[in-house]
Amino acid sequence: MRRALTIWLCLAVAALVVFMLALASGSTWLEPVQLGEALFGPAGGMAHEIVIGLRLPRALAAFATGGLLALAGALMQILLRNPLADPYVLGLSGGAAVGALGAMLAGLGVFAINLSAAAGALVSIVLLFALVRRDFSRQQMLGAMDASPRLLLTGVMLASGWGAIITMMFALAPEAKLRGMLFWLMGDLNGAESWAPAMVALAVAVAVVYPMARELNVLLRGETVARALGVRVSGLRFAVYLVASVSTALAVTTAGTIGFIGLVVPHALRLLVGNDQRILLPATALTGGTLLLLADTAARTLVAPQQLPVGVITALIGVPAFMFLMTRRARTP
Amino acid sequence: MSGSLLEVRDLRLGVAGRTLVDQLSFSVHPGEVWCLLGPNGSGKTTFLLSAMGLRDVQGGTVGLQGRSLSAWDPLQAGRVRGFLPQIIHDAFGASVIECVMMGRHPHLGRWEWEGGPERDIALSMLAQVDLTGFENRDVLTLSGGERQRVALAALFAQDTSLLLLDEPVSHLDLHHQIMVLSYLAMLAREKERGILFSIHDLNLAARFASHAVILAPGGRVSLGAIDRVMTEDILSNAFGHRVTRVEHAGRPLFIPE
Repeated sequence: MRRALTIWLCLAVAALVVFMLALASGSTWLEPVQLGEALFGPAGGMAHEIVIGLRLPRALAAFATGGLLALAGALMQILLRNPLADPYVLGLSGGAAVGALGAMLAGLGVFAINLSAAAGALVSIVLLFALVRRDFSRQQMLGAMDASPRLLLTGVMLASGWGAIITMMFALAPEAKLRGMLFWLMGDLNGAESWAPAMVALAVAVAVVYPMARELNVLLRGETVARALGVRVSGLRFAVYLVASVSTALAVTTAGTIGFIGLVVPHALRLLVGNDQRILLPATALTGGTLLLLADTAARTLVAPQQLPVGVITALIGVPAFMFLMTRRARTP
Repeated sequence: MSGSLLEVRDLRLGVAGRTLVDQLSFSVHPGEVWCLLGPNGSGKTTFLLSAMGLRDVQGGTVGLQGRSLSAWDPLQAGRVRGFLPQIIHDAFGASVIECVMMGRHPHLGRWEWEGGPERDIALSMLAQVDLTGFENRDVLTLSGGERQRVALAALFAQDTSLLLLDEPVSHLDLHHQIMVLSYLAMLAREKERGILFSIHDLNLAARFASHAVILAPGGRVSLGAIDRVMTEDILSNAFGHRVTRVEHAGRPLFIPE
């Protein structure tokens, strides 16, 4: 317990530092004193406008999105008992993308695009659940056989189906709309002012999964072991699936599809702090948020006034960091 | 004799339309060690899973401490009966001590963390399976036999009155086979636990079990005290291979032709 608090505290401090950095950097760099005035001083004034009006909402949206993606990734890896699972593996982002890109093709506004993305994600969630609901609820379980491979396979198939539809949409889309569609697909926090739903969802998701964390530890040892130890596996798996999918849906709706966070953050933390979900899940949410915030800050400052897609930055940070951890781990078993 | 720990009545088990076991009735009482013998595919694992309530049965009832298994809260049942699966597949690494402490799960409240007492139990159980000093190793770096001993230590840490084990010594070397089975026999003898394990080694079964259930192809079942059911005829029939029984130093030995 003490160890958990220490880890969370360190991560929270890191998050705070990155938050300050994100608020201070941009077209005009703010010194710490100016930043303090802008944040806590009276309204009016340029700095106040920029920080409170522009940078803060975007920073909050980035943090919430990253947290949701990382948490969803960690949960999917537990649900599927597969280290390669990520929030998108079950085809959720595909559904959301088809919804969002369809709305863009129809020439709808930002709100309608978000709504359509959420609807697409929801369709994907319901569709997958309808296809594999037997795997969640069946009692007729045979020994070492896990329900997970069927779930994973069905999800991957669903994702490929969505992928085909997305490709078809790009083929049919008029030239003028291609750039916007491409940016959405790569993940983009530009214009992500609606941080509140994602932030609330992040808090709720952590609060919902935290009490189940020890049962998730047991579930990782296998379904038979978990059920023998008194874990209600089908209910638990359903709850995990629901939290992970809704988290992913909100993240995708807020910022498009951003890769690597959901895969890299949980693994990196597993290597650093171990695989106790009680420590790992909150830590994952914090780290995912911090990492995406850092990546977004880099995305909007590196080649300013041009903005890079944040998905590129997450990959460029995530991949080498992960490789480093993996090789370090291999040398010191 | 005190009440039964496990009571199976008129149990019928089938897989994919094939009936494996029909009309099976017997009870495991405190202090008894039952071994479950039978050829591959005769339904040993299916039976153990059903007795755990982890699998639906095609007919009959399973009772735990005199109460129907379906009436038990899963977590409470987890404090009374424990299970060692044949295969544990680890997708993620974890330290040995964490895996063993997981056996304490049913005994802890939702908000409790494993602390000093759980650690002490886990360490003493690791000593019991000869894995002292392994507590910080990652299970993924262990050999098959060592992993099986970790799983056994977790089961022992669960501290249940009834222990069901699916081939508990299948990956163990000779010394550790004897060690684990002796410990199980000791649990039954001195702590009034009930034990039921499946095994392929007839000599180990005869040496450590007090009773046997022998599943033969076609759903024929023989059960009762070891001396009564582990006969040349029953075993030869069940395994479809001639087995001869000899006495050596006062113990029965079974030799396949």
